[in-house]
Amino acid sequence: MARIELRDLAHAYGPRPEREEDYALKRADFAWEDGGAYALLGPSGCGKTTMLNIISGLVRPSEGKVLFDGKDVTGLSPAARNIAQVFQFPVVYDTMSVGENLAFPLKNRGLPRAEIEERVREVAQMLELSPMLHQRAAGLAADAKQKISVGRGLVRSDVAAILFDEPLTVIDPHLKWRLRRNLKEIHARFRRTLVYVTHDQNEALTFADKVVVMHEGQIVQTGTPQELFEEPAHRFVGFFIGSPGMNFLPVEGDEAGLRLEGTDIVLGRELAAQARGRSGRLELGIRPEFLELHEAPVADGLEAALTEVQDLGNFKLATVRLGPHLLKVKLHEDAAVPQARGWLRLPPTRTRLYAGGRLIG
Amino acid sequence: MGKTENNKAWFLVLPVFVIVAFSAIIPLITVVNYAFQDILGPQDRYWVGTEWFKEVLTDDALQEALLRQLVFSTAVLLVEIPLGIVLALGMPARGAGASAALVLMALPLLIPWNVVGTIWQIFARGDIGLAGWFINGPLGLDYNYTADSFDAWITILVMDVWHWTPLVALLCYAGLRAIPDAYYQAASIDGASRWAVFRHIELPKMRGVLLIAVLLRFMDSFTIYTEPFVVTGGGPGNATTFLSIHLAKIAVGQFDLGPAAAISIVYFLIILTLSFVFYNVMIRVGTGSSKS
Amino acid sequence: MTLRLEQLARRVGKETHLYRMDLTLEPGLNVLLGPTLAGKTSLMRLMAGLDRPSEGRVLVDGTDVTSRSVRERSVAMVYQQFINYPSLTVYDNIASPLRLARLPRPEIDRKVREVAGLLHIEHLLGRLPAELSGGQQQRTAIGRALVKEADLLLLDEPLVNLDYKLREELRAELQAIFAQRRAVVVYATTEPLEALVLGGRTVVMGEGRILQTGPTLQVYHHPASTDVARIFSDPPMNMLEGTIADGRVSLGDGIAFPPCAHLAALPAGRYRFGVRANHLGIARRRPGDVEFPAEVALAEVSGSETFVHLLHDGVDLVVQEEGIHSLRLGATMSVFLAPGQLYAFDAAGALAAAPARREG
Repeated sequence: MARIELRDLAHAYGPRPEREEDYALKRADFAWEDGGAYALLGPSGCGKTTMLNIISGLVRPSEGKVLFDGKDVTGLSPAARNIAQVFQFPVVYDTMSVGENLAFPLKNRGLPRAEIEERVREVAQMLELSPMLHQRAAGLAADAKQKISVGRGLVRSDVAAILFDEPLTVIDPHLKWRLRRNLKEIHARFRRTLVYVTHDQNEALTFADKVVVMHEGQIVQTGTPQELFEEPAHRFVGFFIGSPGMNFLPVEGDEAGLRLEGTDIVLGRELAAQARGRSGRLELGIRPEFLELHEAPVADGLEAALTEVQDLGNFKLATVRLGPHLLKVKLHEDAAVPQARGWLRLPPTRTRLYAGGRLIG
Repeated sequence: MGKTENNKAWFLVLPVFVIVAFSAIIPLITVVNYAFQDILGPQDRYWVGTEWFKEVLTDDALQEALLRQLVFSTAVLLVEIPLGIVLALGMPARGAGASAALVLMALPLLIPWNVVGTIWQIFARGDIGLAGWFINGPLGLDYNYTADSFDAWITILVMDVWHWTPLVALLCYAGLRAIPDAYYQAASIDGASRWAVFRHIELPKMRGVLLIAVLLRFMDSFTIYTEPFVVTGGGPGNATTFLSIHLAKIAVGQFDLGPAAAISIVYFLIILTLSFVFYNVMIRVGTGSSKS
Repeated sequence: MTLRLEQLARRVGKETHLYRMDLTLEPGLNVLLGPTLAGKTSLMRLMAGLDRPSEGRVLVDGTDVTSRSVRERSVAMVYQQFINYPSLTVYDNIASPLRLARLPRPEIDRKVREVAGLLHIEHLLGRLPAELSGGQQQRTAIGRALVKEADLLLLDEPLVNLDYKLREELRAELQAIFAQRRAVVVYATTEPLEALVLGGRTVVMGEGRILQTGPTLQVYHHPASTDVARIFSDPPMNMLEGTIADGRVSLGDGIAFPPCAHLAALPAGRYRFGVRANHLGIARRRPGDVEFPAEVALAEVSGSETFVHLLHDGVDLVVQEEGIHSLRLGATMSVFLAPGQLYAFDAAGALAAAPARREG
């Protein structure tokens, strides 16, 4: 097991990168602490798979270093780094039984037979694969195959980290719960460093202790699910995490506070001080979960027009118009919904201010 | 499958039926006709039952030709399949090298068969052929394919290997390129040796194309005619008289159409049976269940 | 148009893919909700005319079209995979059905641009599919289906291969687009939330059968059976065995309370009680909540919520709780149940009583 450190890392797939855009992965300094369960979250093309492949050694970075427990492994092969990786599509050796598949990495490393058997039995039990140890791996369903892939990483006591590249893509929705639960239990028991790449915020937040959000080749925020939800450090995180994403309202700094663009409405008096002297576009961000919608006027309430209310079973989703801007409000399933007009309140503790896309208050 | 039926589709298939009828079914029926009758003229035919079959099956010349044919096809498969795999593994996967290798590989396949024969006939000659000269001169071996049976054999075999191994290699190459990168990555992470990667990933994933390669090469080598006919004419003696050459001698040379037809049918049945056996063995071998 | 399926069934060899069913679909959005292998795709193929039913008839506006081929019907289909002509530009891809129909060139141009505008791909019309992202490729495929203005538009899990955020975006757009069409739109999905967002009517399917049909919210709040309740809940609805006897409801291991309004009318007997994850809590929310113990198996945090997986009386339960809670695995804790939110199913699994809802 190891602490994995990325130092001054950057990667371009082309031979001679010159501009920023040439880099699939822009300069990153980051450390994965030993024993952590991490998720690497971002849309397709954000560079997350590149970063994963650099950690595992499948891709050699064009710049910077990869350190395992302080030791430079940048030039080492995946096998030499003691990394295990689980791919999007399950990889099993069709010629072997389930048991032989699990034993394969140990056999390659020349472990004694008795020890191999012992480890295989233990891992198979944990992954609920014991009954099928002697079956051929080729004919199994996708979720069993994916478990075998995980198992080949787990049997090795020497792995520094297990990396997952969107491992649940081909798994049926109702089995995803089970497999994710398996993974969490394994993490609780072995405390291996796990890095889990996904584009699905739900998967990332439910799996990881710490989520690393990537956007356009850069790490934009690292934090616990709660931090990402409550304090998005970047506009992109606010948008990407949460369903629907954060509401953003363009504002202009004013004597009285922050004035909503295109209106005379003044918002966020508390945040006005932070906005002073900032360059870049100013925006207020507030999550649909935290916006309040009242049937009658309230203190600090802003009158707004209701354009749509969707009943989504567990909750209701209202769309309201404030000046020229549309906002989403998430309401409790039993909440009273105002007719045509309502009064919006932005609770100051839940309202964030962004300048040029970055959180400033 | 219960796809929506549309009778118009049958008209589109009709030309194929006509072509197959003229190219395969009608000739086959004609051959069967000849095999069970003695036909001297259009109105002059006698039913002979299995007489021709008895005659040809007890004929030593046929038995020898059949044995020769089996040895030859076995040798072809034993050399061309492994060699084709090795070549495919050695071909670059991408870049300019890949295109160059593909063109190079395809080259022998583009040459007409009788030209291949002619090329090798000259190439292997001791007096004016480069290969013949080289083996006799710098290598110091006594080589003459027109006089020595073994030399003739080797020449025909090498020629076939040169001509057809690229086909096996190209098929395998296509099979190898279809393997997702993740398999290689997983194997490298599992610390698998090069041999293990071949044995547990590449070979099983090439099963489908190998099946086709084996069948094609078997059927093709079993019916080989043009090249040995051009190079050795079946000699020296009967050393390279393969089944098809033997058949041609009887049918076209001696004009014994009855026995020739009987041989054709036996020939056809042997190919059919062996292909069937190969197919079934290869479907079952290795993985047991062949889902992938 | 109206699409009617009468006594329709489909078998392939010895396997039954669809059991005998009747279904009437009107113009508007119809969601086909069910897990994988429920028969959604088989049913759509029958509707389209790609397959022939083993039994029964397909009627369009009262006319039997069962034996009519797909080319003679007014149908468009969108698949999970992004299927476009790889050698044609986005423009030509979208124009292809109109060219087949030999429409005049200016009209083709007008329609292609209109649909492209609707799907926000006007700026990509000159590109080839290979140069597009997954979302843009699927937009093109949807464009090709929309431009035909077919009477029947079938979409087979069209968003399943897209990124999560893209799915959210496209789902909202599609809902708006469908609302303006006169076609019968059939949209297959495995996800309950997708059905709720799209609205319209929902047909719930399971193992080759139609389990329930009705307005989406109506089905969600009144699942006709335990199977529907499980399929139309994410996470699946929690189920506990219990009885109603002597004026008391008892379920699980020692959970007992007097029946509230909607359960009071039920005759005594054995029932299976269902409750959705968001109606269980790990803190008391209302005074009437019933408390019971359970063992923590796993806690999953999702943004503003925590999903707690628990074990009670050998049954797996899931609780969806607001806020972030870290819980010790294996610990025993109190779970709170709102009796007013309980569904009751009879021995055969059919709905006996559903919670009263405040409409609005």
